[in-house]
Amino acid sequence: MKNISEIRADFPLLQRRVYDKPLIYFDNGATTQKPLCVLDKVREVYTTYNGNVHRGVHAMSDLTSEAFENAREKVRSFINAGKREEIVFTSGTTGSINSISFSFGERYIKPGDEIILSNLEHHANIIPWQMMCNRKGAFLKIIPVNDNGEIIFEEYLKLFSKKTRIVAITQASNALGTVLPIKEMINAAHSEDVPVLIDGAQGIQHGIVDMKLLDCDFYAFSGHKIYGPTGIGILYGKEKWLSELPPYQGGGDMVDRVTFEKTTYNELPFKFEAGTMNYAGAIGLGMALDYVSDMGREEIAEREKMLLDYATHLLSSIGGVRIFGRSANKISTISFLLEGIHQYDTGMILDKLGIAVRTGTHCAQPVMDRFGIEGTVRVSMCFYNTTEEIDTLGTGIEKVISMFSK
Amino acid sequence: MKAMTIDEVQNNIIEEFSLFEDWMDKYNVLIDMGKELPLIDPKFKVKDYLIEGCQSKVWLYPEYDGRVITFKADSDAIITRGIVALLIKVLSGRSPDEIIKTELYFIDRIGLRQNLSPTRSNGLLSMVRQMKLYAMAYKAQVAGHRAQGDR
Repeated sequence: MKNISEIRADFPLLQRRVYDKPLIYFDNGATTQKPLCVLDKVREVYTTYNGNVHRGVHAMSDLTSEAFENAREKVRSFINAGKREEIVFTSGTTGSINSISFSFGERYIKPGDEIILSNLEHHANIIPWQMMCNRKGAFLKIIPVNDNGEIIFEEYLKLFSKKTRIVAITQASNALGTVLPIKEMINAAHSEDVPVLIDGAQGIQHGIVDMKLLDCDFYAFSGHKIYGPTGIGILYGKEKWLSELPPYQGGGDMVDRVTFEKTTYNELPFKFEAGTMNYAGAIGLGMALDYVSDMGREEIAEREKMLLDYATHLLSSIGGVRIFGRSANKISTISFLLEGIHQYDTGMILDKLGIAVRTGTHCAQPVMDRFGIEGTVRVSMCFYNTTEEIDTLGTGIEKVISMFSK
Repeated sequence: MKAMTIDEVQNNIIEEFSLFEDWMDKYNVLIDMGKELPLIDPKFKVKDYLIEGCQSKVWLYPEYDGRVITFKADSDAIITRGIVALLIKVLSGRSPDEIIKTELYFIDRIGLRQNLSPTRSNGLLSMVRQMKLYAMAYKAQVAGHRAQGDR
């Protein structure tokens, strides 16, 4: 693995200053910064071979289509999916989940059916299912969470009934950092003959994710949270599901034959890719995945674990810091509150010290409700962060405490 | 002592903030102002008086004596309380007409708008909008009474 200054040199934005202080970027859970190679790749698309994919006879269209399909292959290989037909490009995790909840609902859900979600879900893995339930007369069943912010496995098992149609759970909580035991949860669901969708938005960037090993039925993630461009995401679906499901949107490129009486759909994965895809984003994402692979995903996981332990230790040593989410198995995300100080006040002052954190409910209000709070301060780290930055955060937190408690 | 005009109050605030170069010091002033803001009666801290910002809650309660509007407010975040306190300093105790017409230039001049922009969901603009809405409502009420009295 490169040393930390070499790693940081790959990311132009990390060099900047804010309020005349070095930027400390601890909001990687929201979006990650981009290495130069990804930016160069997107520029390369538009400066050297831009043409719309799959449509033209001309060279530019051909070159773009080839790069686009190469990117699909990179994604397939990165998550170790069986076939390229199982990799659908979307606009992001939210787009992926909306697509599946709609298609799955249309095809399989009847009144009275049940969908299992966890109490840790991001709104993007709640609302699409809620909308589908409202349309179809189905219900959500929620896996409860203990005081450490971990799902209660025995309670999960009790939720299954003859009416359970799908389980949709996050790989890791964006609000608390908890990593869910998804392999065991998938096995349990499969033993009840129920398919599983994994929201990988906070999982894919932190370690090895292997579709064959996990055996989940659907997996969704966003490009921009794994050092790729915004506006591109992935929906992985087992071929047996994707070939049975109706498409979510209609438009160009997803059809085989169109008459005003009837349309027959194109083969997988194009059936789910209506309209002009964000091919520049997809090609950029392919480069981001190469970057992550070159860095080494085990090395990334190891380094992020070190940062998590260091930051947890440091924050725990400051009086008045209350950490939410105390699972032994976490991504490098820490949610906390300072005794008697509003998360917004904390975030505003840290910002002025050059430290970017997220404050609020993190689009996971049910998690906040579970802990009886209205929000937290969230520090989400990744491999390019340093222990020195964490030290500065510690000093910043002490500054906040002194400012508000005088 | 003659009461200050709205603009005189705005100019005073601008002067007060100009004494501080460092943003930390400006925030300290805001925090102090937030702490000095008189506590609102808990019975007004209800949904009816809540201005929903995304990040912190603000309650704003208006009282109109037929001449001027008195605002009372609170927030669960102290910096937000400081901002509310500033707005109250400028707009509370003024007639509906004054409140409606006033251009709040002090917000830009002390750097509040850049640093507490609406995209940060602090509700600064919602607060101003709500204060002006109350003023318009009271003005309409008075006009309504007058119209009735004329008949």
